[in-house]
Amino acid sequence: MYGSRAWTAYGAFAVLLFVLVPLAALVTPSGSALHLSEYWVSLGGKIICYAILAVALDMVWGYTGMLSLGHALFFALGGYAMGMYLMREIGLDGVYHSFLPDFMVFLDWKAYPWYWSFTEHFWYCAALVVLVPGLLAYVFGWFAFRSRIKGVYFAIITQALTYAALLLFFRNDTGFGGNNGFTDFKRILGIPIATPQMRVVLFALSGAALLGTLLLGRWLVTSKFGRVLTAIRDAEQRVMFCGYNTEHYKLFVWTLSAVLCGIAGALYVPQVGIINPSEMSTANSIEVAIWVAVGGRGTLIGAALGALLVNGAKSYFTQEFPDYWLYFLGLLFVLVTLFLPQGVVGALRRLRRLRRPAPGGAGAGP
Amino acid sequence: MRAAAVAAVRRYRDAAMQKESLTPIRLVLALLVLGLLAFARPALALDPAVVHKLALGDTSDDKIAAINALVESGDEQAEPLLRALLAGNVQTSGDRVLIINGSTATDPVTGQKISPVPSDASDVVLNNYVRGVLDTAVSALRLVSHDRATRLKAARELADDPRTAALPVVDKALARETDPEIKRLLEIVSASVHLHVGSNAERLAAIRTLARSGSTKTETLLLPLVAKKADGSWAEPDPEIRAAAKASLASVDERLAWGDRVGLLFAGLSLGSILMIAALGLAITYGIMGVINMAHGELMMLGAYATYVVQNLFKAYAPGAFGWYLACAVPASFVVAGIVGMILERTVIRWLYGRPLETLLATWGISLILMQVVRSIFGAPNVQVVNPSWMSGGLQVMSNLVLPWSRIYIIAFAAAVVLGMWLLLARTRLGLFVRGVTQNRAMASCVGVPTARVDTLAFGLGCAIAGLAGCAVSQIGNVGPALGQSYIVDSFMVVVLGGVGQLAGTVYAGIGLGLVNKLLESWSGAVMAKIVVLVFIIVFIQKRPQGLFALKGRAVET
Repeated sequence: MYGSRAWTAYGAFAVLLFVLVPLAALVTPSGSALHLSEYWVSLGGKIICYAILAVALDMVWGYTGMLSLGHALFFALGGYAMGMYLMREIGLDGVYHSFLPDFMVFLDWKAYPWYWSFTEHFWYCAALVVLVPGLLAYVFGWFAFRSRIKGVYFAIITQALTYAALLLFFRNDTGFGGNNGFTDFKRILGIPIATPQMRVVLFALSGAALLGTLLLGRWLVTSKFGRVLTAIRDAEQRVMFCGYNTEHYKLFVWTLSAVLCGIAGALYVPQVGIINPSEMSTANSIEVAIWVAVGGRGTLIGAALGALLVNGAKSYFTQEFPDYWLYFLGLLFVLVTLFLPQGVVGALRRLRRLRRPAPGGAGAGP
Repeated sequence: MRAAAVAAVRRYRDAAMQKESLTPIRLVLALLVLGLLAFARPALALDPAVVHKLALGDTSDDKIAAINALVESGDEQAEPLLRALLAGNVQTSGDRVLIINGSTATDPVTGQKISPVPSDASDVVLNNYVRGVLDTAVSALRLVSHDRATRLKAARELADDPRTAALPVVDKALARETDPEIKRLLEIVSASVHLHVGSNAERLAAIRTLARSGSTKTETLLLPLVAKKADGSWAEPDPEIRAAAKASLASVDERLAWGDRVGLLFAGLSLGSILMIAALGLAITYGIMGVINMAHGELMMLGAYATYVVQNLFKAYAPGAFGWYLACAVPASFVVAGIVGMILERTVIRWLYGRPLETLLATWGISLILMQVVRSIFGAPNVQVVNPSWMSGGLQVMSNLVLPWSRIYIIAFAAAVVLGMWLLLARTRLGLFVRGVTQNRAMASCVGVPTARVDTLAFGLGCAIAGLAGCAVSQIGNVGPALGQSYIVDSFMVVVLGGVGQLAGTVYAGIGLGLVNKLLESWSGAVMAKIVVLVFIIVFIQKRPQGLFALKGRAVET
């Protein structure tokens, strides 16, 4: 799957995630230069969740050639599924001290609606995190791929789906907190959620999920299955004429990608402490695409790197120069598509190839 | 407690006044006033006896009789007096009746100014019953005013609450009235009073008049006639009148239902025309050129802000011609959005032809930049775009249906833009080139079409039409940096539904979506309607991926 150097980098990253960060956050005293504050742990965990989202999109876009503008929807659905459990865990500690979440008390509801049943069980919600985005993606994909919707049409249709869901979740009567969504979480599995230990645990879990996603993705794209995906991206007609049923391939990778998004969303919500419909806005969905494009389409590590770079820049800009963030992001969109079609990773690869021409010669292909 | 005390004081004063007014000296004085009247100016034709009775009358009945006499006279001078009386500004000093206005007083009979107010002047006190009669009388008198606006206002008030109408006054006013709108209102008022008084024939006529009127109030007026009392008997004993009322009610209901239906249709058409004009530019850039322009909404926003700037210029430099600012704003928004579009094509889009997903991302970036530019220049809050006066108000088609002028003009504007677009594409040299490049770029280039320039112009045209759309929506909605975001998904839906490369498709899809949206809205609420429409489009695209109007071709892949 990987070369030895890549495995080393992978291991180093794992050590950083599971040893160095917990040590820096929990063991070193808070005054020390090596100490990592809770803010950074949360921010890191958040960006790692975004990286999973980016890798999931990359499988669909970078490898299979289907640009989805609806991945934020799957991410948010996973988040909402987890949010439902976290809302139930608040118990009687809400503002109104009712067994119902505050927003339901506010709407004068007397009982949970049917789709909230069993959500007090962690494992049921964990299953929802996987099943809801997966099922939606499967049904949507089954219809879309069967009628051979692709390219721009696919992008626009996924955008419409996300927009419809956004409107639906904005309604108070939908039963997901409307505009404000879910927030004020108190504990998870009975353990208080806002402690440094819990943050580190969530951070490490997110890291593990990212590593797992990268491994799974790598295994997938280097397998024969992955080759077919790439072939679909480059010439779907030809793949069909070769006797492959491209529908199945696309549907599988699309559903898998949605499930990964759901997991990322579920890990994201307890770390940022809120989930609301703006998470699935059009703008958010398109932003995921730019993470992937910046890092490099068709390279999984590039997608993760892109998420890190862009979100790092976002945190920096929105704090230091809030007025310039949109200029920067907008320019990033324009410049990357014009001048860096292969992203940062693609550019680095080309640089390396230029400096040290491969024995094979002309291999400066895409 | 306090109310009771006040009532007691009033009773005492009433009694006191009654006693006073019996003295013979007062009678003599009254005669004197009558004598003076002969020399009074003819404009002041108030009958002093009536005025006297009004202010100093013995009983409530006297006062009411005086009020009625004044109203019946239809005298212009009666209104200020009655109004003053209602406001508590009429006092009596000895035998004189005075209208108090601050420190001066006026004699309503002679019009003579008296200053200062005599020290023995005391208020004329009314009981609530007289006060109610007086109220009616004042509004009745306004019905015969010379000023049309006053009459109209009075007639409207009466039509809103016809029970207070004094029938003789209304009938008198009706006989004198020449203005058709006021006449119609008065007829309704008269009919609503006649419902309960007069002969059977009169009542039946009143019921029929009401049915014809189509007023929304009619229903509440007629319903009591067909209602049953608590003991099960009919409130209205005469079966003929009951039947007539029932028939009238049915016809009114039907008319109101038609009003609702037409209103719904109009709302749908209005929304559809907005969707259509918003999507029209996109139909060129996407449908014809294959460029996904996510900044389309922001170009609309630029058009709206161009309108805003032109409006402010007019306000500052030519306030007299403010009503005409749109005549400048329309070309301005066209040019601004068009130039921005051409610059974009030259600098960004040009390098991305044939890679639609990349243009999607790049133009999204451009949209973010444009939004932030506007935010930096004009600030984040919405700005105020004012309709010119000829666009405000509406066309009253039925009693429950008013079509706003702004919407009517926008529908006409959208139709004009579509027609212009069609003429441009079908009849001009540029249109020919655009179609040629669309169909076969290489061949067009071979026969000498400057494809690069055509691309720039076509993209600029698409953007300029977005600017026009922005100018149009600025007249009915909020203008803010996020204006474009709310239209982008909808306009893509229109283009996708209508089919790529077809103007007709955009027109049908835009209007169709508008109508469907409004029809759904009427039974499921706005948000659900939108969701249902989006889901419908998603499902529809599965069935017909090429949209409603597909270009027929044999290509396996386009």
